[in-house]
Amino acid sequence: MFEIRCLRDLYTSFFLGFFHPKPRLRTAGRLLEHTRNLCLSVRRKMLFFSYFKDLVGREVTVELKNDLAIRGTLHSVDQYLNIKLENTRVVDQDKYPHMLSVRNCFIRGSVVRYVQLPPEGVDVELLHDATRREARGG
Amino acid sequence: MSWAGPDDVLLSTSLASYLDKKLLVLLRDGRKLLGLLCSFDQFANVVLQDACERVIVGDLYCDIPLGLYVIRGENVVLIGELELDKEELPPHMTRVSVVEIKRAQKAERDATDLKGTMRKRMEFLDFD
Repeated sequence: MFEIRCLRDLYTSFFLGFFHPKPRLRTAGRLLEHTRNLCLSVRRKMLFFSYFKDLVGREVTVELKNDLAIRGTLHSVDQYLNIKLENTRVVDQDKYPHMLSVRNCFIRGSVVRYVQLPPEGVDVELLHDATRREARGG
Repeated sequence: MSWAGPDDVLLSTSLASYLDKKLLVLLRDGRKLLGLLCSFDQFANVVLQDACERVIVGDLYCDIPLGLYVIRGENVVLIGELELDKEELPPHMTRVSVVEIKRAQKAERDATDLKGTMRKRMEFLDFD
């Protein structure tokens, strides 16, 4: 890809990092990617944002401050922890008839009280480490 | 809300995928507004076209037309996409006029006020 034919090329290769390639996590599963995301996010104080990004695709229940609880698949999350859910159904449908035909929704981050996660989706040790690092760094 | 490029729109939390769709917007004060999404911004401020307020009292409901509405983002609780092929409300609910629904709302408000004063009286008398 990049041929070293002269001294200038050698210096350029250092600059481009070809001489010392970073160890790639090629054999990693998503688990290592999560670790990397959480480690990197800590410095920018975006621990929960990164954590929720890794939970995309899981079934969660979001309880809002107005007591409405919605179950759905986590589609996306952003820096304000706004949440987009797909395939939603309201937990107590009879109390909220107006939500009958709503299948996708956008929830403003400021109104979320809880996000209930599946227990198998939570790596507690990883979270502990990330939190400790954030506490130290912050 | 992130400003996603055209490729990222499918995966991001942007409201761009809801543009020109009929939406249900729940507000912090409990109101339910329906309308077509005209525009939005990073604060979830929203402009709804042909907006109407759906007032539900028990099994009665009424859609009060409002026209063009600009909603400040801090009041927004939830923005839901209404599926056109599904029933928006359960079949047992009956649609009534604005006057009737206002009357029903007032009756409900009076009932809760009465419940509140009764409870206060009971608490004063220290009934368990």
